[in-house]
Amino acid sequence: MKRFRRILEKFIEGILLSSSTITSLTVILIILFLFREGLGLFNRSPLEHNFIIAVSKQNPVQDLSSDQLKAIFNQDITNWSKVGGVKDSIILFTINDITNYFSEEELGASLENLPQKLNEFIEANPGALMHVSEKYLPKKFNGHTIHVKNISVGDFLFGKQWYPTSEPIPSFGIWPMIIGTFLVTFGALLIALPLGLATALFLAEVADIRLRNLVKPLVELLAGIPSVVYGFFGLIVIVPLIQGLFKLDVGETVLAGSIVLGIMALPTIVTIAEDALRTTPLSLKEASLALGATRWQTLRKVTIPYAKSGISAAVILGIGRAIGETMAVLMVTGNASNVPHSFLVPARTLPATIAAELGEAPYGGLHFKALFALGIVLFLFTIIINLTVAYIRNREKK
Amino acid sequence: MTRKQLSQRIAFSTFTLISLVVVAILFVILGFIIVRGASVISWEFITGKPEEGMTKGGILPAIVGTGCLIVGSMIFAFPVGVLSGIYMNEYLGQNRLRRFINFMTNNLAGVPSIVFGLFGMALFVNYLGFGDSIIAGSMTLGLLSLPVIIRTTEEALKSVDDSLRTGSLALGATKLQTIRRVVLPVAFPNIITGLILSIGRVSGETAPILFTVAAYFLPNLPQSMYDQVMALPYHLYVLATSGTNMEESRPMAYGTAFVLIVLVLLVNLLANLLRKTLSKRVKM
Amino acid sequence: MIQAEAKNVNFYYGDFHALKNISMTFEPSTVTALIGPSGCGKSTFLRLFNRMNELIGNTKLEGSVTVDGKDIYARDVQVDEIRKRIGMVFQKPNPFPKSIYENVAYGLRVNGTNKKSVLDEVVENSLKKAALWEEVKDNLRKSAMALSGGQQQRLCIARALAVEPHLLLMDEPASALDPISTSKVEDLIFELKQQYTIIIVTHNLQQAGRISDYTGFFYLGSLIEHDKTQKMFLNPADERTQSYITGRFG
Repeated sequence: MKRFRRILEKFIEGILLSSSTITSLTVILIILFLFREGLGLFNRSPLEHNFIIAVSKQNPVQDLSSDQLKAIFNQDITNWSKVGGVKDSIILFTINDITNYFSEEELGASLENLPQKLNEFIEANPGALMHVSEKYLPKKFNGHTIHVKNISVGDFLFGKQWYPTSEPIPSFGIWPMIIGTFLVTFGALLIALPLGLATALFLAEVADIRLRNLVKPLVELLAGIPSVVYGFFGLIVIVPLIQGLFKLDVGETVLAGSIVLGIMALPTIVTIAEDALRTTPLSLKEASLALGATRWQTLRKVTIPYAKSGISAAVILGIGRAIGETMAVLMVTGNASNVPHSFLVPARTLPATIAAELGEAPYGGLHFKALFALGIVLFLFTIIINLTVAYIRNREKK
Repeated sequence: MTRKQLSQRIAFSTFTLISLVVVAILFVILGFIIVRGASVISWEFITGKPEEGMTKGGILPAIVGTGCLIVGSMIFAFPVGVLSGIYMNEYLGQNRLRRFINFMTNNLAGVPSIVFGLFGMALFVNYLGFGDSIIAGSMTLGLLSLPVIIRTTEEALKSVDDSLRTGSLALGATKLQTIRRVVLPVAFPNIITGLILSIGRVSGETAPILFTVAAYFLPNLPQSMYDQVMALPYHLYVLATSGTNMEESRPMAYGTAFVLIVLVLLVNLLANLLRKTLSKRVKM
Repeated sequence: MIQAEAKNVNFYYGDFHALKNISMTFEPSTVTALIGPSGCGKSTFLRLFNRMNELIGNTKLEGSVTVDGKDIYARDVQVDEIRKRIGMVFQKPNPFPKSIYENVAYGLRVNGTNKKSVLDEVVENSLKKAALWEEVKDNLRKSAMALSGGQQQRLCIARALAVEPHLLLMDEPASALDPISTSKVEDLIFELKQQYTIIIVTHNLQQAGRISDYTGFFYLGSLIEHDKTQKMFLNPADERTQSYITGRFG
């Protein structure tokens, strides 16, 4: 009987242990899956699946970057000499152009003659650049395919253009989103910091216990309101207000996002900063008061300096909350993918981009992978924030 | 009044004023939604299906969907969260493992909800092949609410006086018996409060369910856990931003926001009430 | 002449009647020890003199407390002005996490003195009075947290002296110290008596006997007996005092 009980206890302890590993496991799985999908963006050609770029056999050009290709398709580059080839003008050829060169009869009812016609075309036009599906290539092709360079991490992070679905070469530059995210977050902090810290100081040092018991639950309630409701409120109230106040064409702006996010980050900042202020030992405050300092002087010279690492943790966690917030921002910032240059223009943030586009991105495609790569960036931000907070808290203990 | 007293008066009045502003913001938001939403609420709105391009009818499918997600996520997250909270507080001292698990839990708590959405889609919807379904959405939401449940469980256990534990152990009870008969009953009110508050959070989350379960329009109620459902927060998002006829669906949006807010308020109220009555009973 | 006085004082924490009708006077340049078992109200009584009890909400005071003939609970009195004139040393050393210099200068700074020459002089004098100067004079910028417990407590005394108080309140100032530090602090109190009126709460009867001129014995919120220390210890009037002093309870 005793023995049975001991085994049972061990068994239950095992269950407890395995439960407590789930959070760690989840973090590891998140990293695994984000990277599995996201890194795919960087190790394959940015061309659409099964499509290739081909040129004539005589053409010495072997590879092109996606920027060069984009320039060619936009006709900013029209001569091969610009991209390391001979002096010859570039003749663009995509599958949509086929009927300009061949009649439907020539191609056959089910395009069975297409491969052969492609061969003819490339032979006749040494300056041709072909963008076609692999399956139409003839067995004995008279041209060679061009190797299109993969998207680099640098292109991704610092690229200024985000055209995830543009043909034939999409652009995946997230710089506008990074700037958008930081601008919205920065604005939110400008609002949330003074309000949040003042409220924390009020709760910790000014309010008597009755007032505190009244105000504190209300601030916590602010944290309970779902983010779509904030977004909805922002859309109906704040956006038109900004539009009217600044006489803008659209009210969906960085500012609208900052205001909504600022309100949303308030409870985090208030709660954590207040907790930090409360850790200051009463004996220190008493010592200060006993020397004739006012409560405000005591707060400024003793309590706040003592709690400053906790207060910084509050601020950083507030930033974290703001950076990661999705729905509310998605609803009020207008989601223009340009680099925002002021608070009164539309912008988009990293999380909002994922939320807005993942539904339309075909599974496993480049766009899909690019959105997971955005997720990686976002995840890394939050890891940095958590490490910073852990560092601050550790230093405080010493 | 001396200078330092004057500066104290100025500073403290400023703090008081700002706190009032913060409280006022809360009341403006709540008031706005409640006043505009209340007139939309009717029996038909609560029990009907969306009609005429979601400009008329009700939101029953979204209410049912959110209910399914709450139940589904809590079936998973509550036991796991409470058990790991117990393990961390009662079995692990301040050792490395505890610090590591703590660190990971903090990290999980900081992961943005949209990243949970990505992860849920990659793991549950695609890799495990659940498809867009209640189970995929519930698991995603459950993982998201784990850190909160673990934290509150730990806090609740921490606040149990150590003398109760040593007292029980001294009487020859095993560790597990002590936890089950002495520690848990005392900590129970606070644990249950944490659970209820995490229900509030789960019911309002949108980003994690966007790609794991939420349906744009699905008048039929779910038949199994592999079905898609509508959900209140996503429904509000749809009505507010991408309805076919936004002006006409506005009342529906106000009504949905109202239901969400009332849900959150009720959850908070319930949590506080339960904490009070239960802790009274424990004290007697 | 009377430096400080409590008259018919009743004090309540919520419903708890912590001090019961206490009247007591303190003469200048004397040390009065307040003794009694834990929870008898002696610390609460001490803290009445710089209105420290107000920091806890829901308290009530009846009767009057005067320092230098002024009612310190009068309506027009600013509490920080009162506290400036009354120094306090606490049970555990509680230096601020600042430098030694800034700890001593703190009281002056918060009261509007920021002139360096004045501060330098006061810091030096206060540290000398607290018998700490020789030990720290080369390290004034070092953190106060690096000092030993005994040094920290003398620093806290120096900090209290820097604002030139009329009355010095000490709440078991040596209870957290080792015997050597304790004797240093006791010597110091003996020195300080020349210039200051001191009220000291202590658990340690020998200490009360060594350093005080007068002793008040508190029991269950009442002042049982208040007399010259010599008389109290040799020939107490009340039976309960006798029992406490001879160690039968407490």
